[in-house]
Amino acid sequence: MADKVVLLVGTRKGAFIVEGDRERRAWRLRGPFCEAWPINHVVGDPRTGTIYAGGGNAWFGPAVWKSTDMGASWTHSSRGLAYAAGEEPIRSVWSLAARDGRLYAGVEPAGLFESGDAGETWHHVAGLQQHPSRPHWQPGGAGLILHTIVPHPDDEDQMWIGISAVGVFHTGDGGETWEPRNRGTRNDYMPDDQRYPEYGQCVHSIAMAAGMPDRLYQQNHCGMYRSDDGGKSWQSIEAGLPSSFGFPSAVHPRDPETLYLIPLNGDTAGRYVPDGRAAVWRTRDGGHRWQALRTGLPQENVYFGVLRQGLAVDRLDPAGVYFGTGSGALYASADEGEAWTTIAEHLPGILSVEAMVVGD
Amino acid sequence: MANRERQRPAERPAPALVRLPAVLVNLFPSAERRVELTSGTVAEIIDALDARWPGMRERICDSTPAIRRHVNVFVAGERARLDTPVAPGADVFIFTAMSGG
Repeated sequence: MADKVVLLVGTRKGAFIVEGDRERRAWRLRGPFCEAWPINHVVGDPRTGTIYAGGGNAWFGPAVWKSTDMGASWTHSSRGLAYAAGEEPIRSVWSLAARDGRLYAGVEPAGLFESGDAGETWHHVAGLQQHPSRPHWQPGGAGLILHTIVPHPDDEDQMWIGISAVGVFHTGDGGETWEPRNRGTRNDYMPDDQRYPEYGQCVHSIAMAAGMPDRLYQQNHCGMYRSDDGGKSWQSIEAGLPSSFGFPSAVHPRDPETLYLIPLNGDTAGRYVPDGRAAVWRTRDGGHRWQALRTGLPQENVYFGVLRQGLAVDRLDPAGVYFGTGSGALYASADEGEAWTTIAEHLPGILSVEAMVVGD
Repeated sequence: MANRERQRPAERPAPALVRLPAVLVNLFPSAERRVELTSGTVAEIIDALDARWPGMRERICDSTPAIRRHVNVFVAGERARLDTPVAPGADVFIFTAMSGG
């Protein structure tokens, strides 16, 4: 059975689905879906082929949309996707993750929700908000958003989450209790002697190395990092990169030493690709050495950025790598980043890209 | 309007006529732009809408609970809250606010 690659794209105005053949040469785009709502994240459950899209509409609030027929039809629900009466209401769904038939949603204001019935109903994983640091959480530039969910692949009790301007938290007991895991990551917006706090660092994304659940990579507002102990401690891997700022990170599907990043020119300098030239940066040795991958990407007058969920890798061999820009362009590489092609150019601003491989 | 004028048993109050915006109706495949509901408050009207089209409450109301910030409900020409009474035969309009980009 031939595989095909399905790119799931969240944008400021709807979700899109881009289907490609196994060679990743021919692409067909469909959309916009989800009534042109802002859609922060679209994920697929490769076991069922079900697609979920999380977002929020200024009129109608947050919802998780669902399609069981590859986008031909959609339903939506936010039943139970709510804090208690009197608390600040949820504005938007920011991140989704599927694991073993369960679906997780990260929301703004930051919190984690879980669904055991494929997104029809939700319940609050309240333990995270019961952490004693909660009264001190401050929103980042995009709000107080829980934007990253990394379930442990083998242990259903373990999960890592990332909240902008708050940091990384880990649970080892299925969400009852959580602990910050930010040691070694920097907060450049604190006095010199307070730059390595327990929490308050601005994580932008986390990626788990293939086959090594204790190895995590992190793109932070202030630096790039690797952890080899499940996030208990982090080491900087930013040497050799053009800046310490960026949003997304993505790992190779089989090689735990290979990581992709898209550094931007700096948080106060426009947040563009550096020098007006687009590049994806790759390490093959866990972050010691870096290589800029530019072939096929625009190298003149480029002033786009790529957001925290805008970079993805498929599981084929060689691996495909994809990213979507704030300016609505979607780029693909079928050879692990060596060469790139443009597969869409005029979409609404892209907020997220995920790749799902399914049987044809 | 013919439905509203037909004969009803004397003990049943006249229903309110509730108009829904197209952008809301589009989210619920079987929903209609105009619906007659017999209810005492805006909250009860929204409960009745949610009973007909499950999930509609979450689109109109947040968890405060309150009518969403960018949604307006008018009863008999006045902007309403969840506890606003809806008199028999009242006109109820649900609008989205003019917003976006």
